[in-house]
Amino acid sequence: MNRRIAFRNARLIDPASGLDAKGGLLVENGVIVDVGPRLFNDAEPNDPEVIDCRGLVLAPGLIDCRVFTGEPGGEHRESLESASMAAAAGGVTSMVVMPNTDPVIDEPSLVDFLLRRAAATAKVRVLPCAALTRGLLGETMTEIGLLQEAGAIGFSDGDRSIANARVLRRALSYAATFNVLVIGHAEDPELVLNASATEGEFATRLGLPAAPAIAEAMMVERDIRLVELTGARYHFGQISTRAALEAVAAAKARGLPVTCGVSAHHLMLNELDVGAYLTFRKVRPPLRSEADRAAMVEGVASGMIDAIVSSHEPQGADTKRQPFASAAAGTVGLETLLAAALSLVHEGHASLSHVLGTMTAAPARIFGLPTGTLARGAPADLVLIDTGEPFVVDAEKLHSRARNTAFEGRKFQGRARATYVGGECVFDAR
Amino acid sequence: MTSPDATPILKSSHLLGIEGLSPFQITALLDLAETYVVQGRATDKKTALLKGRTLINLFFESSTRTQSSFELAGKRLGADVMNMSVKTSSVAKGETLIDTASTLNAMRPDILVVRHQDAGAAELLSRKLDCSVINAGDGAHEHPTQALLDALTIRRRLGGFEGLVVAICGDVLHSRVARSNLRLLSMMGARVRLVAPRTLLPCDAERFGVEIYTDMKAGLAGADIVMMLRLQLERMSGAFVPSAREYFRFYGLDRAKLAHAKPGALVMHPGPMNRGVEIASDIADDVQVSLIAEQVEMGVAIRMAILDALSRGLS
Repeated sequence: MNRRIAFRNARLIDPASGLDAKGGLLVENGVIVDVGPRLFNDAEPNDPEVIDCRGLVLAPGLIDCRVFTGEPGGEHRESLESASMAAAAGGVTSMVVMPNTDPVIDEPSLVDFLLRRAAATAKVRVLPCAALTRGLLGETMTEIGLLQEAGAIGFSDGDRSIANARVLRRALSYAATFNVLVIGHAEDPELVLNASATEGEFATRLGLPAAPAIAEAMMVERDIRLVELTGARYHFGQISTRAALEAVAAAKARGLPVTCGVSAHHLMLNELDVGAYLTFRKVRPPLRSEADRAAMVEGVASGMIDAIVSSHEPQGADTKRQPFASAAAGTVGLETLLAAALSLVHEGHASLSHVLGTMTAAPARIFGLPTGTLARGAPADLVLIDTGEPFVVDAEKLHSRARNTAFEGRKFQGRARATYVGGECVFDAR
Repeated sequence: MTSPDATPILKSSHLLGIEGLSPFQITALLDLAETYVVQGRATDKKTALLKGRTLINLFFESSTRTQSSFELAGKRLGADVMNMSVKTSSVAKGETLIDTASTLNAMRPDILVVRHQDAGAAELLSRKLDCSVINAGDGAHEHPTQALLDALTIRRRLGGFEGLVVAICGDVLHSRVARSNLRLLSMMGARVRLVAPRTLLPCDAERFGVEIYTDMKAGLAGADIVMMLRLQLERMSGAFVPSAREYFRFYGLDRAKLAHAKPGALVMHPGPMNRGVEIASDIADDVQVSLIAEQVEMGVAIRMAILDALSRGLS
């Protein structure tokens, strides 16, 4: 039996096609079958389910390219289910999950497990990345071909850099054989060893162990050389410095298959926000100088940075209620990704369509997904956004199991009012 | 007894590689080898062509197949054959290759067959020794007698090389067999393809005038000959290839992949095989498609032909 849902009176924004107009959208059996400025304009549709969007933005559901969960092995921090609830509340309909779990996702059977668990428990789509090296040890490559067949959509050692250039070179060569996407983390592991802040005046005043910001650009530049040698498709999961951005821009100008993301917190916060040792703002890479933060905003606005990501990384009280240097790094972010990104619109850095594109069309292009668009035939992954609604972040009200948000108390404007995955409503706050 | 035609086939007194040979020389060697195929199948397999000559097999890498093939070839031609392997030689005690060469030279051998793990070792010995040197494999450089025996096997089955599509599959990067074969087969007019994951393809391989494939099904499409290479165990644990099971899934020759080759395509392997890694057992054992046993027989014949050809230049 056909199930139809009619959305009317919406501001349709589809960054993939450039559409930004009032209109309607029709979903049938989980797929977008019609969309356009004139749809349902004059008359009420005859469909049983009609959603009056009352002028709110209807956009493709967000794709968050960088999410860490605790499943398997750390479910007390975050399960796929709890992360997916946070995602749904944040308008995120697909989460690309990193393999840094216990056990590490480095076996085809574990990808299969993750997909089954997601199907059984998660409210949004879970797209697993498999490890690029066994056990994330940076020594031997994983079974990239078999893992891809099992459903891995990318290969990454998550928040670990592969120190050994020979290992990375061969892994990239092998990845290029299968034309898979490799997602890298750019921090020279020896330079950043034990560091919890960016080297500079502020870290010196606080007496924190710190690493120079160039630890990022060094690895970005090395990785780009290896991409050039091997032809692998490469995505920097997140960058945070101007120097890294310039290296990526130069690589793109040379036509290399390189893309990059930036986290919402590196767009919104700088090193000074650590204030009096706020461990919830200890992240990896550490918060940077104001100049680097501003460069990230500029990079998003210019389109040189492809994707805005949450880098959602749940931590518990056990790992965060510690002195700054001993505390674990990471912030949750699935639920605040959209609101933080909308700040760029409100502050006049970029258009709404452009900012939404970094979380819809761009990730879909990078990962080769059918979602991230309002095009006819695409899965009906949708988010209804009130771009004006005040949103004061209150950790106690977050849907994720972990509450370690770097944005506690932050006043944002705009949030998801309803979220649909394959035409199913997974969050509704209308 | 001497060969019917006593004109020199090889200009050099050594056989160091396929590089440097002409199509004419290769054809002449294959023709000469045909007579030794006949001799090898006769009741009396022995002649006295090399009577009184000394052949030394000097193997720095262990090889049952090539070493015994040369030993048999030498003995069937009446030579005295001595086998030296690295484990019993003074090289194990720290002697340099040049010292070993001088020592051997003093024993006045006529022919030295050498296998060494380093590229260029046979070349080095040929410059230091007074005898003929045959390269039985140097590093990842050349293994000319293997390429010649493969050529003999192919020619006997398919009549020639012109226009044949030969897919060389597997660890091309470390393979001297692949390098010698692609040189010989390209020179003789065959179309050579290399099929491997990028980690096992040498840099600039396309410059050899070969076609490169990373998808085995595409690489085998329309192939007359599928030549499998051995994957060393230590290379399938994550450095070059993640695992044996993944390698077999994507690059192991099984019925499904072979079905993409030309109907009736023939399968070769220089041996020793890793069953279930680069080749499925049922293919290796299928006499309808597998030339593997025939390759071994042709190995003895071609080595007799080479010893014959070189002996004509011996003083």
